[in-house]
Amino acid sequence: MNTDVFNQLSSLVRERSGLVLTPDKGYLLESRLLPVARKWAQKSVDELSALLRSKPDPKLIRDIVEAMTTNESFFFRDIKPFDQFKSLVLPHLLKKRAAAKSIRIWSAACSSGQEPYSLAMILNEHKLQLSGWKVEIIATDLSTEILDKARAGQYSQFEVQRGLPIQLLVKYFKQEGDRWQIDAAIRSMVAFRPFNLLEDLGSLGRFDVIFCRNVLIYFDQPTKAKVLDGMSRQLAPDGHLYLGGAETVLGITDKLQPLPEHRGIYVQATPAAVPARAAAG
Amino acid sequence: MKSCLIVDDSRVVRKVARRILEELQFAIEEAGDGQIAMEACKRHMPDAILLDWNMPVMDGIEFLRELRKMNGGGAPIVVFCTTENDLGHIQEAVASGANEYIMKPFDTEIIQSKFQQVGLL
Ligand SMILES: C[S@@+](CC[C@H](N)C(=O)[O-])C[C@H]1O[C@@H](n2cnc3c(N)ncnc32)[C@H](O)[C@@H]1O
Repeated sequence: MNTDVFNQLSSLVRERSGLVLTPDKGYLLESRLLPVARKWAQKSVDELSALLRSKPDPKLIRDIVEAMTTNESFFFRDIKPFDQFKSLVLPHLLKKRAAAKSIRIWSAACSSGQEPYSLAMILNEHKLQLSGWKVEIIATDLSTEILDKARAGQYSQFEVQRGLPIQLLVKYFKQEGDRWQIDAAIRSMVAFRPFNLLEDLGSLGRFDVIFCRNVLIYFDQPTKAKVLDGMSRQLAPDGHLYLGGAETVLGITDKLQPLPEHRGIYVQATPAAVPARAAAG
Repeated sequence: MKSCLIVDDSRVVRKVARRILEELQFAIEEAGDGQIAMEACKRHMPDAILLDWNMPVMDGIEFLRELRKMNGGGAPIVVFCTTENDLGHIQEAVASGANEYIMKPFDTEIIQSKFQQVGLL
């Protein structure tokens, strides 16, 4: 692959998804796009590039962009964030939303669904306290292909062994051949829809909790800042934002700040913000 | 250093599991069947037990039931590690006092994530 082809493809991907591909990632581009080239009856990535130049079919563009996303995910990823959701965020919401009886949660790069389903299982474990409440989990991703997998809620033996406690496997999954199917009740708690984080987040409405984990790492600094500023606008004044273990708001935006002693959780930086810790104390 | 008893009738599986768990800083003991494991537990109760299901003499589920009846036998965290991968076996294991369940084949990542979940790491 020559420099022109690399530049053409990497700028397309960056422009559409925010994903930054540095020149040393040529091999990655090549290996991910070869199957796309085959699908479009081209022999090589160079030929794919020529096809794109002559006829920029939106479906071809989508295939290229989706092929470059990394969809790795697992249930209860990193454990701690979900423990904190149970012990800190949920009690906060049960108290502060007692009048409205409504909770809105957004899983902003949900991949194959493990993240929103983990939250749905936790919420279902508290269904007595939440009876009569309106609980919404909106799960979005750029990739329509991965969303189809998420909606289906079917996982391999390998996937259900990554992070999912055995008691929850027994309780919420059925075995179908060598696949594990998540319970219909849990599935129905999550609304999946395609959404690109580079778009205006305003259309999604206000959220009490946002999980935006392991996606900002792929973006450049200005894109991270734009997404985080947008999330701060969609987050309730006392809302909680979760980022991945290698992600932070520090040095990127002053609209949000880390919640002391709770790694991975961020809250509004304005004085109006009432972090759960202060409210609970 | 935490201790882990590896119970499996396959020497190869024990060796692979030992390598992974030593890497995770466990002191390892091995047993080739449930009865040998039982004796090991009487001598010294381990912090964790990685337990196969199908073994000669005393199988994994019998061993687990005996262990949980033993004085101090409620303490070890028991993680099944077996080719039995149907819901029925998993339910039976959990009902008999297993803390976690690994469906073979396993690798470092699965062992590490399961051990993390039950607080051994
Ligand atoms: C590594 S996964 C993270 C999944 C999950 N949040 C977790 O932490 O396990 C990253 C996901 O971000 C999605 N993604 C990448 N760029 C995106 C964008 N611009 N808008 C929305 N989703 C995007 C990818 O399709 C992929 O599914």
